[in-house]
Amino acid sequence: MKKIIAVIALIVISAFLFGGVVEMRNQDGGGFGNPVETEMDEYFLENSQDHNQVNNVVTAVLFDYRGLDTLGEATVLFSAVSGVLTVLRKTISSKEGEE
Amino acid sequence: MNVKMSVVVRTVADIMVVPIVVFGIYLILHGHLTPGGGFQGGAVVASSTALLIVAHGAMKDNKTDLSNMESTGLTLFFLLAMVGLIMGFSLFYNSLAGTGGIFGGTVSGINPGYINTGGTIPLMNIVVGMEVIAALSLILWMMAKRSGSLEVEK
Repeated sequence: MKKIIAVIALIVISAFLFGGVVEMRNQDGGGFGNPVETEMDEYFLENSQDHNQVNNVVTAVLFDYRGLDTLGEATVLFSAVSGVLTVLRKTISSKEGEE
Repeated sequence: MNVKMSVVVRTVADIMVVPIVVFGIYLILHGHLTPGGGFQGGAVVASSTALLIVAHGAMKDNKTDLSNMESTGLTLFFLLAMVGLIMGFSLFYNSLAGTGGIFGGTVSGINPGYINTGGTIPLMNIVVGMEVIAALSLILWMMAKRSGSLEVEK
C-alpha cells in the first residue's frame, strides 16, 4: 500500500514539475533559457576584456564584479577549517599523548 | 603503528606529486587567461597532500605553518580588495589593471597570454590559491591524524 502511494505521488509530482518546465519555456517574451533582462551578462561579456585585460570572463566576474561573493566564499572555507580544528582538537580526556 | 603502503605505491606517489603540484600552480597563475583559478588550482595542489597522506601515512607536524598560511591568504585577499577603495573607487574595483609597469599596460583585444596583465585579479588568484591549499591540506591532515591513520613525525 505504501509503495503504491509513493509511486502515485512520484508520478503526480513529476508531472507537475515537467509541466512547469514546459510552461516556462513557452512564456511570452522570456521564460526559461530566454530571459527578458539580458543587459547584465551582455555588459560582462563585452566589457570585461577592456576593463580587466583578462580572457577569462568567469574570473573577471568572480574577482572583480562579484568580488564580495568570493570574499564570502573564502570566509566560508576559513570557518570550515576553524570548525574542523575545533571538533578534532586535543581534549584533556584523551589521555594518550598523540602529538 | 605502521600505516604506510607498499614501496611501489610510495615511489609512484613521490613521482606523481611533482606534476600534480606543477599543474595546480599553473592553474592558479593562469587563472585570468585559461579556465581555472585560485579555488580550482588550490584544490589540485591539496590533492597531492591527500596522495602523500594515503601513500606514506606520516607527515611532519606543520599545523601552525598551514594555519598561518591560510590566515595570511585571507588577510591579503581582503587587503587587495581594499586597494580599489584606497585608490578612490569601490571595494573590489580592479584599479591596477592597465596601469603599466609590472602590470603590463593595456592589452587591446584578446590577451595572447601575458601573465602579468589583469591588475589585482592574478594577485587575488594567488592569495586565494594559497588559502585554499592551506585550508584543504589542514582539513585532510587533521582528519587523517585524528582517525589514527597518520604517524606524526615531530
